[in-house]
This record gives sequence, C-alpha cells and structure tokens, in this order.
Amino acid sequence: MSFYKPKFRHPESPKNELGLTQTPYEGPISTLCAGCGHDSISAAIVQAVWGLNVEPHRVAKMSGIGCSSKSPAYFLNKAHGFNSVHGRMPSVTTGANVSNHELLYIGVSGDGDTASIGMGQFAHVMRRNLNMTYIVENNGCYGLTKGQDSATADEGSKSKKGRINPFEAIDLVALALDLGATFVARSFSGDKEQLVPLLQAAMSHKGFALIDVVSPCVTFNNHAGSTKSYDYTREHVQAGAVVDFVPVEQEITLQQDIGSTKDVPLFDGASVRLSKLNQEYDPTSRRAAVTTLMNHKAEGKLLTGLIYVDPEADNFQEMLNTSATPLNELGKDTLCPGSSALDDINQGFR
Amino acid sequence: MSPLNRPPVLDPVVNDFVVKFANVNGSGSASANSMFAKAIFRMGIPVSPRNIFPSNIQGLPTWYEVRVSEAGYLGRRGGQVEIMVSVNPQSMAQDVNEVCPGGYFFYDNTYPLDFKLIRDDIHYIGLPLTDITNSNFTNPRQRQLFKNIIYVGALAYLIGIEFEALESIVNDTFKSKPKLIPANLQALQLGFDEAKADIEQPLPLQLKRLNKNEGKILLEGNAACGLGAVYGGATVAAWYPITPSTSVAEAYERYANKYRVDPDTGKHNFAVIQAEDELSAIGMVIGANWNGARSFTATSGPGVSLMNEFLGLAYFAEIPTVLIDVQRVGPSTGMPTRTQQSDVTAAAYASHGDTKNVLLFPATPKECFELTADAFDIAERLQTPVIMLTDLDLGMNEHICDALEWDDNREYDRGKVYSAEDLEKMERFGRYLDTDNDGITYRTIPGRHPEKGMFFTRGTSRDEYAVYTEKGEEYEKNMHRLERKWATAPKHIPKPIVHTRSEQASIGIIHFGTSKEATHEAIDRLAEQGHQINDLRVLAFPFHAEVDEFIAAHEQVFVVEQNRDGQLRNLLITELEIDPAKLIKTVHFNGDPISARVITSLIAERLPQDAAASNEKQSNAK
Repeated sequence: MSFYKPKFRHPESPKNELGLTQTPYEGPISTLCAGCGHDSISAAIVQAVWGLNVEPHRVAKMSGIGCSSKSPAYFLNKAHGFNSVHGRMPSVTTGANVSNHELLYIGVSGDGDTASIGMGQFAHVMRRNLNMTYIVENNGCYGLTKGQDSATADEGSKSKKGRINPFEAIDLVALALDLGATFVARSFSGDKEQLVPLLQAAMSHKGFALIDVVSPCVTFNNHAGSTKSYDYTREHVQAGAVVDFVPVEQEITLQQDIGSTKDVPLFDGASVRLSKLNQEYDPTSRRAAVTTLMNHKAEGKLLTGLIYVDPEADNFQEMLNTSATPLNELGKDTLCPGSSALDDINQGFR
Repeated sequence: MSPLNRPPVLDPVVNDFVVKFANVNGSGSASANSMFAKAIFRMGIPVSPRNIFPSNIQGLPTWYEVRVSEAGYLGRRGGQVEIMVSVNPQSMAQDVNEVCPGGYFFYDNTYPLDFKLIRDDIHYIGLPLTDITNSNFTNPRQRQLFKNIIYVGALAYLIGIEFEALESIVNDTFKSKPKLIPANLQALQLGFDEAKADIEQPLPLQLKRLNKNEGKILLEGNAACGLGAVYGGATVAAWYPITPSTSVAEAYERYANKYRVDPDTGKHNFAVIQAEDELSAIGMVIGANWNGARSFTATSGPGVSLMNEFLGLAYFAEIPTVLIDVQRVGPSTGMPTRTQQSDVTAAAYASHGDTKNVLLFPATPKECFELTADAFDIAERLQTPVIMLTDLDLGMNEHICDALEWDDNREYDRGKVYSAEDLEKMERFGRYLDTDNDGITYRTIPGRHPEKGMFFTRGTSRDEYAVYTEKGEEYEKNMHRLERKWATAPKHIPKPIVHTRSEQASIGIIHFGTSKEATHEAIDRLAEQGHQINDLRVLAFPFHAEVDEFIAAHEQVFVVEQNRDGQLRNLLITELEIDPAKLIKTVHFNGDPISARVITSLIAERLPQDAAASNEKQSNAK
C-alpha cells in the first residue's frame, strides 16, 4: 500500500457546475496494495460523480466484504457508506433505496462477493431492476485470504501457486443479460477513458446498471498464465462500442472517435453516445448482446464497453408505486391511521 | 346403534365443554368452523378456537378445537372432548377415541359407520349430510362447502347456538357478495331442521347467552402484528414466506393497502418486498432502517437461523431492526404447523461473538398489536435488533382479547438522531460517542447534511468516530459501551406483570407468551388443592429487577414454557445468576398448545400432598 497521499492540488483545478473541484469527492488514502486495479476504479468513480454534478453527500456507497468492498472507504468521503456482510450488499441496498430513492446508490463488490457467496442476491437485485450502479471489481481471486481462485477465474487460468483452474468461469455479464439487467457493461480498470463515461451512463440509468470491471490483483493474480493479469487483459480486450456520456443539453466529448456514432437517450434527457467500431452494434437488443458476447468469448476476446441498455424499463420503485416523497421522510400524520380507523377495525373483529 | 350401546348420560352442562371438528384439509371447513366459534363469541360466551392442521395444501386430516368456558379460561383445556364432529373418514378411528365417556360423536350417516368405530360409552349422532347437500345443491364445489355449513346448522339445534348470531355472521361475511347470503342461510336452516327432525332433544351440553364479551374482540395474533406495524409507522416490510408467519406480512399489506395509499396520487406510503430468502429479507430491513425508514420482517425459527449473521451486524453496527418470529416446532424443519416457544435461546443470542438481542413476548393479539408498534420505538431508541417472539398458537388462531386502542397523541420515538440543524451547531460528529453516558449514541440519516454527519457503517471494529481500528483498547471500550446500553435497555422495554395472590406464598411461577392462559387456570386448580401460588409473566428481555426480586421472594419457582430444554429458565439462570436448583423446569413441547391440565399435574407432583397443612406450617414459621 501507499503511505502518503499528497494534499496539494493545482490551484486552478477545474470545477463542476456546483463549483466544486474533485477534492471534496475524494477519500482518505487507500490501504489496498500499490498498483491495485481497485484504486483506479475509485479514482474513476470520483471523476464520474464529480462530472455528473452530484453533491457528494447525496451518494450512498454500499459494499459487502473483501478488498473491493473496502474501497468505498477511499472515495467520496462526504457520503455515507455501508460496508455490510459478505455477499449481501444487494439486499441492504434494496432496503436503503426503497427507504429513500433520491440518493445515488453506488454498490462496489468483488468477484467472490458477487459470483460466489452473493450469487443469490446478485441475481435477484437484477430481477427487481433496482436503481443502482453495481460495480464488480473482478480480479478472479480472493485477495484478502491470499489468492484462492474465485468463481470468475477462467478455466485453464494458472494460479500464483501454479494450479490450473479446472472449473468453468461464471461470466457476470452473460448472467446479467439472462436475468434481465437493464444496463450491462464491462470495462477494464486500466482503461479510465472508457470507464469514466461508462460509470456516468450507469449512474444516470434509472434502473439496475452492472459494470463488470476487470481489475487485476497485483499481488496474487498478475503473473504469466493468469487470464486476469494486466498483460493478458490488455492483449485480449476488445472494446465493442466505445461510449461517451452526454449530459442533458451539453456535449462533452471525452474522446474523439472515428466513424459513425449512435446516441441512446437515457430517461432524463442525457444520452449515451456510442462510437461504433468494427460492427453495426445495437446495444438495445438483448439478443444481439448475448450473441456478440458469445462470439467474442469463442474467439478468446474480452468484450468491453456498453453491451446492453434498456433505458425505459420500470425500476423497482416504479413497480412498488411508492410515494414521490421518500418513505423515510413520511411522518406520523401520513403513516398512522389513528384511533377512529381503529374503532372501525375493531368492529370487524366482533 | 347396537342395543348394547347404553352410554352414560352427561349431567347437564352450560357453557363449559369442548367441541372438536375433524375435517379434510382444503375442503372449505375453516370458514364454517370459524362461523361456529364466532357465533358463540357473539352470544357473549368466552370461547377459544384452535386450528390443528397439517403441513399440506389439500387432503390430509385437519382439526378445529373449540373450548367454551363460562369461567373465561381461554387456554387449551386438554383431555378428551365432549363433542366430536367427524366429517373426515380418514381420521375417524382416532377421532372416536378422543370423545369422553358420555360424549357425542357426530357423523355423516349417509354411509354406514364401520362397526369397529362403535364404543359402548359414547353417543352417536348421525345425520345424512351428503344426502342433504346432494339433494339441495347441484354445483360440486357448493356441495362440498355447504356440507360444512349444514353441520353448523345442526349444532345450532343440538347445543343451542342462537340462529340470529349465525345469521348476523353470514350477513357480515358476505357483505360484499350478497348473492351468497341466501344459500348460506338455507344450508344453516337445512342442518337445523334435519337435526330437529331426527334427534328427539338437544344435548345436555348447552350454550346460554352471557355478557362476557363486552369490549372484546376475536382476532389472530398475526393480523394484530401486521396492523401494529402499520400503526407503528413501518414503511418497509421485507419477508420470505414461511409458516406460521406468512400472514403477518399479508396482514400488513392488506391494512397498508387500505390506510396507506394516497387518495390523490394512488401512490403507496409503504413497500412490501417478498425477498428471495430470509437473509435478503433481514438485509433489506437493515438497509431501510439505516436509511431512516421504519422497517420489519416476519419469520419463524428456520428464518431466524438464516438471519443470524445479519442480526450480529445490526447489533454491532447499531442499526434499529424489528423482527417478528412466529415460533413453530424445531429443531430444523421440525413440525412446521405445530406450536412451540423454542426460539428463546436462538433469538436472545442470535449471531456469533458477544451478541445479545432485545426480546418481546406478547401473550394476546392485543399485545401483538401494541408490542409490534412499540418494537419500532424500542429498536430506534436502543439502535439494536428487537425480536418479538410470538408463536403459531397465538399467531394463527383467533383469540378473545380487549379491543385495540390507540392514543392519537402518541408520537413515534425516533431515538437519538441528529438533524441537519443539530449537525450545523456541532464541531465534530462522533457516531459512537457516548455523550449521554447511557451507552446509546447519536446517529445520522444519509444525505441530510452536505458537510457533517457522514460516517461509515461497518461490522468491523471502529473507534468513536466510526473509523476502522484494530486497537484492542478501542474495541473493548466499544464493547463495554454496548454493555452499558444493554443495562439501559430495561428502561425502554415493558416490565413483567406480577400477580401476587398471597404475600406468604412460597411458590411462584414464571411464564411468558401463550403459556399465560393455561398457567392462570392451573393456578386456580392448584389453589383448590390448597396451594397459594404467585406468578410473574415476562414481557421482555433483558430482564427487569422485578424478575430477580420475584425469584428471591419465593422458595420454589416453576418456569413454565413450551420447549424441551427450559430455555427461559436457562436464560434466567445465565443472565441473573440464579441458583439452578431454585428454578424448576416445567415444560410441554409436543406441538399442541400447553394446557392447564398439563401444568397442574407437572406442578402438583412437585408439591407436598397435604398442601394446606404445609402452607400453614410455613406461615407459622414466618
């Protein structure tokens, strides 16, 4: 880990529409290993939330247990965080979100926390289309317990101790497509230019957004033979559709692209701009998404970028039809039927 | 019947007997049986009905036992019954043996009775129920349903149920489907007329109108819990279906749909979430409470086992959490549709490490209502899990209790929460700073202040400012503070109820929950044998000083409960450091609700035979 985080910032650091530099969006120094992919993701989250002009305290940082789940302590210091129990972040976030739908919910999980112990909750939070951004910091191993394979480790990948993984990997993106997630993306912690706009699009999506981020474990899974190392990932990554996030009535182009572009409007007027590379790709077709994903897998390529989005699907709050005022702000006058109603109720029990 | 059948004739009895119905599960008998019990209730007579049902949807035997007691004893009486209404051929052999000598076996004589079912010492009343239904109703479903209503009509003649009481129930039940009223009334009349024509005179067991149910209601505990959650301001209910707690969440949703839908917008001021499992259910409850909404879950023993990890998080991270555990028979899947009080230990110490949870023990539907509403105040005041232990007997049976009350001046106690204004005046917020020295610290709700009040909620150890720490002294300090909070808890939870019948009595009984009615009845029976007994009913854990004092004031204390191991007794021994020899385990755990007969005999066998003489000796000695 690093032991010092410089406080010095450029005196003319850019400010967002709230007049804030990125500093209020940052957190204390990370205790993860130096070079950990997770820290890059934290930095991308800071940049994304800052760029979306969300007040830092209007974010809720949710996590489970593991290296990934520690990371919310290292960004957005002014936001409440909840480091819950292993594999159970989705349920805690569901309760929190139903209680107050107005906050921005960022869930950070890992491959162990999501694909093994938390598989059940991960599946069901997608089915409910809960309005949250679910980031999996996917390194294919259990770091805190010294490098055991996780369920996303690829078949044939070699562990640091030299063992070849004999098990089929769980592809979280494929699973998300199958279980009805309404925003599905994959990225790489080493590609911030792709990750930041993807995060912004995910956070602007009104339903469940999964970003499976390959985030190499520098200590236990960054060697030759591992399919989750920096080198392997860089060699095999293929950006399917490069994404730019376009806020409402404002075009910020983070990256210049060649070729035709396609805008997918999000519910609030913002949109995701896709620069199509080699192929005609329709990210609003779940069927096309599954096929493209499978084709890349067959060719040994790691497809990244926005893979699927359904901007219109009802989210959980809409399905529940709960009040516009957050439930946690309702008082006794609204909630308690009172004694005269109770007289009627008693009458029914006689 | 055989000419040899000359059974004894019971002396005439008014308002004091047990009628049991033997039905087939899923045949629609529940509404007819409930009509029977409710009619007796409307006649002003104390009555306590109990379902005895299988874990099955359709086809297996199910029973409904109704005790009528002019003296007002509402517990299960136990022993054989005076009248068995047998409409299930599967269980006839067993049912015929449950009738007391001189009692009545009522059956459908459309088909001949197997001679093996003939006893010399009971009376047989046969009515052609199937014939009557078949000749009066054509629709097969109607035939099945009305057969049940017909025997209720017959009973009206036989034991004197007021026909007006039955009529009023039919009218109320089908208020929204008035087309069904005439057919139901016809079925009642058919049964009544047939019984009158076939049977010379009504039975010596008769109902006579009283006025004992003034101000009372007849209600299931689970419905009362659901209603209590609506009144208590719960907005998020997360649950997973499990017998016998399912109807708690269903009742909450039913009442919320009636009282919590905004008339202008149609939006819901509540959310009910059917979770994927109990782990998720309690996780949602914790998330919602963390974010400032009142939230609860309802489950039974297996669910509590699954929720252990999360309960530890809520205890250690200090998040208000309300859990209603409708207990059933364990261990494991046990007997899912039978009753027990066997989750006391599991709930009190749910989760690893030094975890302790606040428990509440309601005994009546009214207490279910009140304690559910209170549970939210207690959980937010103490910022900890509150587990309410009811049971299948209380939750899924209708019980007579006082009408529910609500004080409109009552405010919800949201506990120690800093508002944005409070934070504004503050130098530095410390989530776990014990500023009031009662172990309870101040929390904040996410998203309310841009600069202050943020903290990281975690299940790991942390210092007073919620910063992660592995320093032993910080950890210990925090654990000691949690102990201090535990010591504060009794101030905020309901005190035990003590009945002192005699200052001189050397025998005491401690009990909780649904053992109450049977215990009080047993105390009356034992008093007739010359034993003066005081009792204390525990309503909450941690225990109040009164519990300790009660134990100290008596030489022998029987702890009555419905589990094998004497779990409340163990908790008393452990938590109050009581000499185990002083607390006598008095348990019943076969899955039937505990009865006064069981308690009386368990206690009587431990008491001196010549009780009156011994009592006198003791009082002379004093």
